[in-house]
Amino acid sequence: MATTEKFTAQVTLPSDTEVRVTRSFRAPRTLVWQAHTVPKLARQWLLGYPGWTMPVCEMDVRVGGTYRWRWRQDSDGAEIGFFGTFSEVNEPAKLTYDQFYDPDGFTSAMQTDNRCVISGSFTETNGVTTLVTTMDFGTKEARDAAVSTGMTDGMEVNYQNLDKVLAEQQGG
Amino acid sequence: MTPDERLDATFAALADPTRRAILARLAVGEASVAELALPFDMSQPAISKHLKVLERAGLISTQQDAQRRPRKIEGARLAEAVGWLEEYRQVWERRYSALDDLLGQLQAKPPRSKRKRH
Repeated sequence: MATTEKFTAQVTLPSDTEVRVTRSFRAPRTLVWQAHTVPKLARQWLLGYPGWTMPVCEMDVRVGGTYRWRWRQDSDGAEIGFFGTFSEVNEPAKLTYDQFYDPDGFTSAMQTDNRCVISGSFTETNGVTTLVTTMDFGTKEARDAAVSTGMTDGMEVNYQNLDKVLAEQQGG
Repeated sequence: MTPDERLDATFAALADPTRRAILARLAVGEASVAELALPFDMSQPAISKHLKVLERAGLISTQQDAQRRPRKIEGARLAEAVGWLEEYRQVWERRYSALDDLLGQLQAKPPRSKRKRH
């Protein structure tokens, strides 16, 4: 039955400043690693939402190397992006990098704002790779803001429901 | 409290294993402080402290009418907090489903293959 098991993402809050996402994949970890570190593979799944494209996906995966991701919504041209630097590259087991939100492409101006440190740990058992991604936002406020707006993900769409709940809370 | 402050209080309250166990107990029905203290090997004042945190977070309430003042779970707040993370989880799940597809494609054909994707 193991071959038909469906894996789903688990989200936990290991500390006040962190969010952790755990997910397993039916693939060897070298492949899961490549899907995260080879730009032409990464841009195929980092997309996330229909109607968005990923015009920029650059990654220089080595310690001190940088990356830049940008997404564009085709309908209105809205753009959103992230950039950062790799601090730990232990292929295919561990990948650590920092991340800055890049709303408009002027990356240098944003360097000091809302730095998030992301650490991905890849383990493989019986052909199944488990990826544990821990994001440390530095402060609780930044974490809560990022999680509740979905900005960590580059996609703040689909949060109308949350907005509605929050608006109702404020109204009541 | 603003909605943000309320979420903060909720998550702070949920961060403790004893408080989560208290919530799990209250999920099956009201209980007095003495009843709640029983399985935890804790003094009633210690339990009361946890209950105060849970109540401030809006996760439980105290029934004033009865003499033993039983505590009752407030499901709406818990659902709100869980929903907050669930939205976030779904964003990742969507992305990782796309990764599943990619990994499936990569394993279905050798990496060196020149065949075009369709």
